[in-house]
Amino acid sequence: MTNLKGKNLISITDYTKEDYLTVLDLAEKFEKNPNQPILNDKVVGSLFFEPSTRTRLSFETAANRLGARVIGFSNPSATSLQKGESLHDTIKMVSSYTDIIVMRHHKDGASRYASEVSPVPLINAGDGANQHPTQCMLDLYSIRKTQGTLDNLKIAMVGDLKYGRTVHSLVQAMSNFNAEFHFVSPESLAMPENVKNFATNSGLKYYEYDKLEDVVPFADIIYMTRIQKERFPDQLEYEKVKNAYIMTAATLKGCKDNMKVLHPLPRVNEIAMDVDKTPYAYYFQQAQNGMYVRQALIASILGYADKVK
Amino acid sequence: MTTNNKELVVEKIANGTVIDHIQADRVFKVVSILGLDSYEDEVLIGTNLSSKKYGKKGILKIKNKYFTQEELDKIAIIAPTATIITIKDYEIKEKKSLEIPHQIHKIVKCINPNCITNVEEIDTQFEVVGKDPLSIQCHYCEKTMQEIVFND
Repeated sequence: MTNLKGKNLISITDYTKEDYLTVLDLAEKFEKNPNQPILNDKVVGSLFFEPSTRTRLSFETAANRLGARVIGFSNPSATSLQKGESLHDTIKMVSSYTDIIVMRHHKDGASRYASEVSPVPLINAGDGANQHPTQCMLDLYSIRKTQGTLDNLKIAMVGDLKYGRTVHSLVQAMSNFNAEFHFVSPESLAMPENVKNFATNSGLKYYEYDKLEDVVPFADIIYMTRIQKERFPDQLEYEKVKNAYIMTAATLKGCKDNMKVLHPLPRVNEIAMDVDKTPYAYYFQQAQNGMYVRQALIASILGYADKVK
Repeated sequence: MTTNNKELVVEKIANGTVIDHIQADRVFKVVSILGLDSYEDEVLIGTNLSSKKYGKKGILKIKNKYFTQEELDKIAIIAPTATIITIKDYEIKEKKSLEIPHQIHKIVKCINPNCITNVEEIDTQFEVVGKDPLSIQCHYCEKTMQEIVFND
């Protein structure tokens, strides 16, 4: 178990394999016993410079179940930012009131910068198209929970592998666990070279496919992603690929018994509703796991890991 | 400056810096990033000169000018093969080759328009992740780029 007291979480690579396991073990305790008011004297700053219902509610519920108070905003238009206040000054001010800051921002790198300005630790809840490390941690938690281990798994990733930040982080994190990667995407949305190089440099194998069916027979995890319309400079390109990968219950015929389908949500049409009823669907539990992981992160970063039962 | 059939003879400088072995196609870029186009003392610019090692090379002689580490880093990024020769009283005081730094501070701009460094007043920081071709990663937005844009 590592000591995470005071350690910012900005990028998934800020934490080591041992750090991940420390957080996952603690999250397991919170799953069994979610209401542990051990942070009665703490205030969490929740700064959402761009709207995000799912992540914000998950973090704020996590803080509340720990007994902490939450201050902050979910809509920057109602704050002094409207008056032109810099991120620097907002962070200086909020960090003087709070014990830890959770922050989402639309600019890439904003969380790293804020963590350098802030004297209190900061958790990145998403910075533009860059990182969303708590999503990655809950993905790890969900994988370990459903597979019983993180080691030696065959992980398939499907859809928008070019712009999807969750899949990039997951490759980085799973590189610690001897994973084998199977990338399924249209050519225009293929996994970027730097991410593939990361896998190769970690001594891991990856394979690329253009059909979802090709990975179904052997995958332990199929990680689906949404193809995001707003990422395409050319809408014609989007029309070509938008329906490239639609998973139905029939698609999963012949999959391994232990296989689980994950998705960072929200989904559009890439997973048909009939998959929800199969034993392979895990995306809703995956979202719920996020709360336990965030409880574990807040508690351990504030130095209260040993108080968790 | 005089020439005969075989070689170019250039007047020696008493004090200043000679930047030798610049890749021929980078000479004017080096002039530009060092602001030598508006330097008021003597500057000699030589380009497409024959070089045993590189085929063609460029050379700059800048009178009464010595460069800071920050400026040397800029030269290293543009022209990593360059040699810096420091002249004092017509004597060569120091001759050194350049090295691309492991990290680049302040002088380069992040080309990602959505990077926080292009919004707030922040000193940029980059990690050099590849040297040939030069590839740098922004400390903030984590984007890797091959295109180098200097701050004004």
